[in-house]
Amino acid sequence: MSEFGILSFGAYVPITRLQRSAIHATNGWFAGGLRGLAKGEKAVANWDEDSVTMALEAARDALDGLDRAIVQRVAIASTTLPFADRQNAGIVKEALNLPDAVGALDVAGSQRAATSALLAALDGSETTLVTAAEITTPKPASEREMTSGDAAAAVLVGSGEPLAKLIASHSVTVDFVDHFREAGEAHDYDWEARWVRDEGFARIMTPAIAALLAKAGVKGDAIDHFLVPVAVKGVPEMLAKKAGVADSAVADALTATLGHAGVAHALVMLSATLETAKAGQRILLASFGQGCDLLLFEVTDKIGSIKPRLGVSGWLARRIESTNYAKYLFHRGLLPLDRGARAEHDSKTALTALWRGRKAVLGLVGGRCTKTGTVQFPKSEVSVNANDHAVGTQEDYPLAEVPAKVMTWTADALTYSPDPPSYYGNIDFVGGGRMMTEFTDFAGDTLDVGADLRMMFRIKAYDENRGFRRYFWKAAPAF
Amino acid sequence: MAKGIRDKVAILGMGCAKFGERWDKDEDQLMLEAYEEAMADAGIEASQIDAAWLGAAFDAQNIGPSGIPLAVALRLPDIGVTKVENYCASGTESFRGAVYAVASGACDIALAMGAEKLKDTGYGGLPVRTRGTTHDMVGITGSAPGNFAQLASAYRGVHGVGKDDLKRAMAHVSVKSHANGAKNPKAHLQKAVTMDQVLNAPMIAEPLGLFDCCGVSDGAACAIVTTPEIARALGKTDIVTVKALQLATSNGWEMQAQGWNGSYFHTTRVAATKAYDEAGITDPRSQLSLIEVHDCFSVTELVTMEDLHISKEGQGWRDVLDGFYDSDGPIPCQIDGGLKCFGHPIGASGLRMIYENYLQILGRAGERQRRDNPVFALSHNLGGMPNQNVSSIAIIGRADA
Repeated sequence: MSEFGILSFGAYVPITRLQRSAIHATNGWFAGGLRGLAKGEKAVANWDEDSVTMALEAARDALDGLDRAIVQRVAIASTTLPFADRQNAGIVKEALNLPDAVGALDVAGSQRAATSALLAALDGSETTLVTAAEITTPKPASEREMTSGDAAAAVLVGSGEPLAKLIASHSVTVDFVDHFREAGEAHDYDWEARWVRDEGFARIMTPAIAALLAKAGVKGDAIDHFLVPVAVKGVPEMLAKKAGVADSAVADALTATLGHAGVAHALVMLSATLETAKAGQRILLASFGQGCDLLLFEVTDKIGSIKPRLGVSGWLARRIESTNYAKYLFHRGLLPLDRGARAEHDSKTALTALWRGRKAVLGLVGGRCTKTGTVQFPKSEVSVNANDHAVGTQEDYPLAEVPAKVMTWTADALTYSPDPPSYYGNIDFVGGGRMMTEFTDFAGDTLDVGADLRMMFRIKAYDENRGFRRYFWKAAPAF
Repeated sequence: MAKGIRDKVAILGMGCAKFGERWDKDEDQLMLEAYEEAMADAGIEASQIDAAWLGAAFDAQNIGPSGIPLAVALRLPDIGVTKVENYCASGTESFRGAVYAVASGACDIALAMGAEKLKDTGYGGLPVRTRGTTHDMVGITGSAPGNFAQLASAYRGVHGVGKDDLKRAMAHVSVKSHANGAKNPKAHLQKAVTMDQVLNAPMIAEPLGLFDCCGVSDGAACAIVTTPEIARALGKTDIVTVKALQLATSNGWEMQAQGWNGSYFHTTRVAATKAYDEAGITDPRSQLSLIEVHDCFSVTELVTMEDLHISKEGQGWRDVLDGFYDSDGPIPCQIDGGLKCFGHPIGASGLRMIYENYLQILGRAGERQRRDNPVFALSHNLGGMPNQNVSSIAIIGRADA
């Protein structure tokens, strides 16, 4: 019998792990009080990533091995959506190459946006892909800079054989302003942490958790995974104690290895928990932000039935350690390096051409000749096959999930790149198809002819004159 | 079946401006410099020119579009002037226009001008530019060195050549061209360099170092062509004729299909085969006296030696190291310094190559003159990138050859 619940999950963590000690080595003279936080590492997005590209990677992870045609709605939750007016979930939809007849929803405005989106999906009847991503925006030398990190997660909700079902939920909405970021502002403004802890987390969430447990008719000690995506040390433990939840049930907030990924963090923690959860276990997800959303799940016996995801653990294992704090600052627009005259190149996008070519540009859809089988990118009226220039024979051929290999490459120190040298070259897709593309997420000397590649959706260029960004697919090392 | 261009058109006169960083000159002055030399050589009046072609690649950076800038610079007598653009092969493309006009019988005398003013951008290297709205969304806006450097990674992989061996062969290409450029008063770079200098230069695009890259220059070159009969009627005795003129343009096969291995120029091989056929050359390795090729980067020259069917596939690097292409070798390549040292004002380069071949055939190349005046001289002018390009080949020679 078909039931409604969580059908799948996935996550994404950017490859670069900035060492907090490196941040403190630069800022310690000014912000000496942060020394206690100067340990472990935080995930930082590459210059060519944003909340949309990260959400897309998490979505690919969640949909791995599934028929994408089941998705009826795509949601993205974030406080750092790249576009204030252009459906961000629509970009994710195009990059997933979903059919046009799907709904889309952008959810923003609070740290609990992801759980609100998830609750809406769970309250509905459609198969909804709920993604959440955050490219965090801390001020240099702030506590947030130490505690935050960039990541994304995705949860597929719908009818079928759920891995976990929602047993109860409870939401509270109060305009408690522990921090804020007005539209258009670059950074958050925080109020005193002690007040936030005592009057916010404790005073607002404790009775709400009790109300949730009462609704569900379970006691605190029946909770196996207590997920509190809060970066303040001791808060999850404090809430657990007040709710009667065992200390051992308190989930790792991934502070040491990732940092707090804003809106995405609730789903990141949920995704991480689902990687190891066992049938029959109960998961309480408590997300805070101008009140709270509380979700109580029960894991079903289908938990082991889907192909293992890369998940949080898989992406965390894909890692390049960095102590280059200056590079991070530059990539966040916080260090205005002299980029040289080559960076002045105008990256204006013709929206008409983008619309015509959206499947190729956003979905990496090439063509396959129905007569000769020749695969090519981009698709064209006349086939590239040297022996048969067949006309009008090409059908869509999605290449985004097809593995590829390096055919030629270079490391170009002349052309402008925010992360020089610029790596690019020709790549061959397994089973046909070739293109010249940029390489991303390469560590040092790991690139050579024949190396295995995985395509990733990234920012190709920023149009600073008009406030636009151009997306396309790049090749990253396979893993 | 077309009979081809062989011996239908003669070069009446040629001229070439001094290449280099011509900070004090506008492009119209550079064109005039080349034109005056060519006109003096041809011994004609402007009123005798029936039509003209202008090759320039970066018009947005300098003269602007259309044939008007050439007509205005030379105050041509209201004749037809056509502007052509075919990437870095624009110079040979302008020559092709003029030669075809004469061969067709539509014109008695035609002029080809190639020109480029690259040093007005404010930075080194070629200007960054769009390649079209769709390309910019899915293609690479890389640099020329980055695009050509990829030949090296593929060549090493295909032929099993060690990184150091290839780097040394590439360095030899540049050392040789610098030695040649030092004897050329019109060259942009006239200083010899050592192997050590080349091998230890800063990296521009792995594995191309600074000295693996050609000069980015201002300059212009000009040819005036007519029929051999008119040339004789005008008093010319040493007649140099066009033996072959071929152009091959990628149709996307290299970049999009999977047949090409990245280590050579498909178009050059096609154009070379056709050009030898057109010129009646059966064994280029023994019949060619001199070659000027598109050495935008050392590795380009190296693989072109194979694509021109002179060196065996995978063996070009050995011929290079053996000195086969040195100025005193069996077939000198870039005896004038090449793009590497004569310089590379894009639109002018194809005509500059033909200019050098023309001087050498006539024994007018001064200090760098080949000991025996060449019979057949080939020029190869390439535009674009290894995976998508325009490759042109012009073979000129003594009319009686």
